[in-house]
Amino acid sequence: MSIEFELNGSKTKLDPQPETALLWVLREHLKLTGTKFGCGSGLCGACTVHLDGHPIRACITPVSAVAGKSVTTIEGLSKNRSHPLQKAWIEAQVPQCGYCQSGQIMQAAALLESNKNPSRDEIVAYMNGNICRCGTYLRIIRAIKIASAEVNEG
Amino acid sequence: MKKPYILDNHMPSLSRRRFIAGTGGLTFMISIGGLINGNWASANEDSEGSRTKGSNITVWVKIDSEGTITVLNPSAEMGQGSMTALAVLIAEEMDADWSKVRVEHSPIDPKIYGRPGWGGRGYHMITVGSFTVSGYFKPLRQAGAQARYVLLKNVSMKWKIPLTELKTEPGMVIHSASNRRISYGEIASFAKTIKEIPEIPEKSLKKPGEFRLIGKYVPRVDIPEKVDGSALYSMDVIVPDMLYATILRTPVNGNQPESFNEKEIMSMQGIQKIVRLKHGVGILGKRYENLLPAKRRLKVKWSKGAPAEMFDSEKILEGYKNVASSGKKGGHVLNQQGDADAAIQNAHRTYSSDYFSDHVYHAQMEPLNAIVSVNPAGDGAEIWAGTQSPSGAIKAVAKLLGTSPRKIKLHPCFLGGGFGRRSMSDYIVEAAELSKAVRKPVKLIWSREDDFQYGAFRPMCLQRLVAGLDADGKLIAWKHSIVGDGRRLLSSGAKIPFYDIPNQHIEILGLSHGVRLKHWRAVGHGFTKFAIESFIDEIAEAEGVDSYQFHRQVMHNSPRALKVLETAADMAGWGRKPPDGHAFGISFAERSGSLAACVAEVSLEKSSGKIKVHRIWSSLDAGIVVQPDNAVAQMESAIIYGLSSVLSERITFKDGKVQQSNFHDYHVMRISDAPEEIHVKIIDSNESPSGIGETGLPITGGAVANAVAALSGIRLKHLPFTPDQVKKALES
Repeated sequence: MSIEFELNGSKTKLDPQPETALLWVLREHLKLTGTKFGCGSGLCGACTVHLDGHPIRACITPVSAVAGKSVTTIEGLSKNRSHPLQKAWIEAQVPQCGYCQSGQIMQAAALLESNKNPSRDEIVAYMNGNICRCGTYLRIIRAIKIASAEVNEG
Repeated sequence: MKKPYILDNHMPSLSRRRFIAGTGGLTFMISIGGLINGNWASANEDSEGSRTKGSNITVWVKIDSEGTITVLNPSAEMGQGSMTALAVLIAEEMDADWSKVRVEHSPIDPKIYGRPGWGGRGYHMITVGSFTVSGYFKPLRQAGAQARYVLLKNVSMKWKIPLTELKTEPGMVIHSASNRRISYGEIASFAKTIKEIPEIPEKSLKKPGEFRLIGKYVPRVDIPEKVDGSALYSMDVIVPDMLYATILRTPVNGNQPESFNEKEIMSMQGIQKIVRLKHGVGILGKRYENLLPAKRRLKVKWSKGAPAEMFDSEKILEGYKNVASSGKKGGHVLNQQGDADAAIQNAHRTYSSDYFSDHVYHAQMEPLNAIVSVNPAGDGAEIWAGTQSPSGAIKAVAKLLGTSPRKIKLHPCFLGGGFGRRSMSDYIVEAAELSKAVRKPVKLIWSREDDFQYGAFRPMCLQRLVAGLDADGKLIAWKHSIVGDGRRLLSSGAKIPFYDIPNQHIEILGLSHGVRLKHWRAVGHGFTKFAIESFIDEIAEAEGVDSYQFHRQVMHNSPRALKVLETAADMAGWGRKPPDGHAFGISFAERSGSLAACVAEVSLEKSSGKIKVHRIWSSLDAGIVVQPDNAVAQMESAIIYGLSSVLSERITFKDGKVQQSNFHDYHVMRISDAPEEIHVKIIDSNESPSGIGETGLPITGGAVANAVAALSGIRLKHLPFTPDQVKKALES
């Protein structure tokens, strides 16, 4: 079965088994390995991507569900790490092992799309599905605040 | 470590090709034991080829004519930041312009790139125990100083002036008398081999007051590629013609597959091969997604009789009390001074308390995985893996193939978390065994459920503490018995070198259950320091003495430790009234040669039994701190990792089978449960550096337990303090 969707702004056509998780199609078929496999059950958020602008867990989303829609991965978030969140992530020195951070940034990007000036509580509630085992949570909050300030100034 | 989306396993690694193809420039071949100047490319040839030029030589630093300085990193980068710290050590003594420094992985060769081992035995490439920066601190600064010498010597020959008239500033050699300056890049374009490079003794290295990079803010070099998905973890490696693999492993450690429905599985879509392993059955196919239904359909008849079948963790942990009471002799004694038994018998007052802790799981975010390509002859292999023990992995795969370690090439990748789990090579050997069966590259991916089920855990244990006090309330006797499996994993942190107690007996009463156990972040310190610090607090409370003051009294002989404790207390404002419904608890611990203390501010929701940690004030004495901001990050990290284990993490076994399977029934700390604030103060020091990555962890258990006791009068004595456990304690 052929599936067409928009991926990071480009039309993509594939012929996968329709029940295959979007995660494996992105990572192993299309070699966009910035989206990570963490739990396979939608519990950790490492595989967060945007589907028509909303954050979803690619590990539990069958590729058939994205047909005709638009998918954005960490590779498509910006060119040259220029998204305010990516700059803020560097400024606050957030990542440690880094494995969860694509998912964290994609989740945070969706937050800032819907709420340009989130409070601490709103950040915590929105980010609670994304596990960081290195415990960078306080720096994640700091970085989202930094990016939010930049977005509001701009 | 830019991401090559496609790696060709039949060619040299991209990084090495980059080195060899680099523009002409100066290369320093510096080994830990000395420095020899020569040709970068030849030194970087496969180890088979280069050995004829002599052992113990290598390349740490290269400067191209543009002035770009490439420094090799011999350690595993798993988030702890030593990839940057080690480069800083070399760059500091070289007087390198940091903006020109790049960091690449070193080849895996411990004789060349290893750090000096414990007790001067050999050289190691293993990233464990927070030893990396402390172990490389002296040799890599010496290597940097020798590289600087080579630059100076070349300029002195070129300009025909004495070397002693030259000095350096970052990236520049300067001759003040003639007002001339020359950049490292320019020097690299004409520099010649220097035959005799002197050893540079430690006393000739920079003094702390002269540091330009050490102790300053230097952003981590790995962070930019970790914000755009381009950092390369082994999970991301794709090799042409590779097969994907999964393994169904025995649910009870030690049992073996006897038979399975091979025909049925082989008839399924996309399945290419089934391989029987000692502990499981491997399934290989072209697409990972095809393996999952096959694994679900795979029916294995397992052998019976492994000792672990009897293992029911809750019941057995309860039974440890009998072991502690049995007067069992022949325990492994960790420390004996004075006569603890006699001193307890004659003590004015005695106290005794039992502390329990369950197994915990590493839960590194990147599930275990490895790519191995065994060559057609079956006598060599290439490995792509994130591992804390690359030389151990090479040895293990060489042994499997019956070949020389020189025929095994390992490409290090970033680790999506290590925490001790990736110091074991089991997942790499599995991938090698599967690749050996097909003579093709194999990418073995563990599911999260595999990672739980075949985990290697921090062991559960019971700790019985008995103390005796004299008539003045001074602690004079201390007996600590630890009951459980995994001796060296249990002994970690049991000693109390900073507490002045004249009579001590500390022992392990060892048992064996046949389940898989392994080092975990801070090893046993998480539970031993919890018990020790809780017990100290309990005694102080019973004696009617403030816990902080009681600590100070016991630590009176250890000024460095006292300062750490006092700093944390001052930061928190110890003695002030906490906010309504909150309380403070204090704790001290040493780990990896570093000292830490903290005060925790907690509250407790009585209806649910849920503990909330609001704030942590922590102090750290780790000697000279190479990267202060990263040290703070590591403290934050270890504190959250510790709190997570203290509040919610537990692995249980029934009939030898792990009962938890994913993050729905094994709760690691999420952002909503993280403290609102973690304050870290690093104590100024000119002592040699000691470890940092684990030091924030052991202080968490005692601080939380002691705060809960101050708040509610309830002593929590069983890690983790899950809401259920807390409610039970409140009701009893």
